[in-house]
Amino acid sequence: MVDRVAANVCGYALLAWMWIRVSMSYRTSFALLTLGQFLITGLDFVAILVMFSNVDALGGFSLTEIAFLYGGSALCLGLADLLLGNIERLGQRIRLGTVDQMMVRPLSLYVQVCADEFALRRLGRIAQGGLVFGWSIYALDLDWTAARVAMVPYLLVFGTVIFLAIFTIGAAVQFWTAESSELANAFTYGGSTLAQFPLTIYPTEAIKALTFVVPIAFVNWYPSLFILDKPDPLHLPTATQFAAPVAAALLSFVAAAVWRTGVRRYRSTGS
Amino acid sequence: MSVIEVRDVDRSFVVRHRSGRLRRTSTIVRAVRDLSFSVEAGEMVGYIGPNGAGKSTTIKMLTGILVPTAGSLRVAGHTPYAERAALAQRIGVVFGQRTTLWWDLPLRDSYDLLRRIYRIPADRYRENLATFTDLLDLGPLLETPVRQLSLGQRMRGDIAAALLHDPDVVYLDEPTIGLDVVSKSNLRDFLRETNRERGVTVLLTTHDLVDIERLCSRVMVIDAGRLVFDGSLEGLHGLGEARRTLVVDLMEPAPPLDVPTAQTLRVDGPRQWLAFPAEASAAPLLAAIAATHEVADLAILEPNIEDVIKRIYSTGPAPSD
Ligand SMILES: Nc1ncnc2c1ncn2[C@@H]1O[C@H](COP(=O)(O)OP(=O)(O)OP(=O)(O)O)[C@@H](O)[C@H]1O
Ligand SMILES: [Mg+2]
Repeated sequence: MVDRVAANVCGYALLAWMWIRVSMSYRTSFALLTLGQFLITGLDFVAILVMFSNVDALGGFSLTEIAFLYGGSALCLGLADLLLGNIERLGQRIRLGTVDQMMVRPLSLYVQVCADEFALRRLGRIAQGGLVFGWSIYALDLDWTAARVAMVPYLLVFGTVIFLAIFTIGAAVQFWTAESSELANAFTYGGSTLAQFPLTIYPTEAIKALTFVVPIAFVNWYPSLFILDKPDPLHLPTATQFAAPVAAALLSFVAAAVWRTGVRRYRSTGS
Repeated sequence: MSVIEVRDVDRSFVVRHRSGRLRRTSTIVRAVRDLSFSVEAGEMVGYIGPNGAGKSTTIKMLTGILVPTAGSLRVAGHTPYAERAALAQRIGVVFGQRTTLWWDLPLRDSYDLLRRIYRIPADRYRENLATFTDLLDLGPLLETPVRQLSLGQRMRGDIAAALLHDPDVVYLDEPTIGLDVVSKSNLRDFLRETNRERGVTVLLTTHDLVDIERLCSRVMVIDAGRLVFDGSLEGLHGLGEARRTLVVDLMEPAPPLDVPTAQTLRVDGPRQWLAFPAEASAAPLLAAIAATHEVADLAILEPNIEDVIKRIYSTGPAPSD
């Protein structure tokens, strides 16, 4: 068991490194793509800045507080995006038959799909999110108690896991219908965009959906309520603000089950 | 003990298609049904059948890619779909239609990656790579990215890749597809040698019956998902009521010969073609002809396996549900 996990982690690193080397043989295009990712994802935040030239607060949150929310979500999404790569294109891989090739190797299919076409250019998104996040931490006028400090890595780790699980579920559904990748993207990228803003600007139903249905609120919203010391619009128990690991574990469990079922249903292609 | 055990395996696919604007109907395609066979270690088995017979489906079940709808499979002590990763260490797979290598990597890098993924001991790897490079003439190709290789070169590269980790069993799904005559012949020599020297069990599908004649002592024929023949090549000939052909050149043109144990197929001037049962001796036939005509030359054509197979395909058990 431990052996198997170690083999798969090694396998992931091997494959990722191989793809890095391949992409590095086109150094200029790599640099441009990374910069492009940095700039394109940065535009989101520029839009927020522009908005704040007219208002002082949004949903009861100041610019730095929103930067904290935005940065947290972007960083978690970026990390998940880096680790899972093009898993969303599973349907395409099934049609091309590359999934068959992966299934005859002594590594888990999941690890191989995630590591396939591993792209360091995604660091562009992470750098951008990290910059905004770092700046907000620097600019926030907060009493940085030990609990608040500890909550930051906690947010990043479980937030990333939650995105990983959601990405995985979205991809695994493509074992049933290859056309579902758009739907999956709506949940992941759409959800993360929602989470870049204070949820107080949305109707209560939307907050409930982001808590109980697609629990993206646990990525940064609930941990941030604690760190920024904000009231919870849903008035849920304070424990909710620390419940990210529970949400992450539940989602991971669901993701693993959906993925396994999908693999067993996999029917390859006729030729 | 058998390395491959297949018991009462079925695999069906639900195929949906549009019928009308919104309605969708689904039909069930039974790609493989009631399939049972076993393969002993070291055997080299040919698996043949017409297009869509279920050959690739069988191989995909034996690698763990597909889960059977019913029945049980064991390969090298593993249940393929349940222990896919563990089984992968013990098997090698070549899909003739597409590569299992990395498109952008030079062959050498692909092999090196495989060495790490399969955790092949360094000395074993070096030895195998040297052997295969030599036998498959890969030397000039090692630095070439897979996407730049020709079909035949890629196939050789794929076959070496499938054998690097010393698998017990290799599945070759149409390994000679698209190869020229010389490449085919070289590949067959390589496969025969590998099977003999390394004791690797080989299951290969092909549409080129020469592959089977040259390589396999045992043939399985599948048609419409059912195994219709499993036995030796000679047995296959027998099943198809194989006939040999005697070609005689007479000194002078003559009317069609009338010999009781043979059937005259064709006359072309002094040359005549006579078919006779494959297991019968040609000697009495020849004596009968020589008694009445002067014979200048003769030749005996062995039964053509292609004809035999054709006859089996068309007379095989009708798929009844
Ligand atoms: N993924 C799939 N979805 C639907 N039907 C499939 C699928 N894979 C195979 N089939 C069907 O199963 C049957 C057997 O296909 P298979 O690929 O095993 O044939 P084969 O013997 O390998 O043929 P060929 O010689 O053409 O390669 C065919 O009728 C095919 O249409
Ligand atoms: Mg096939």
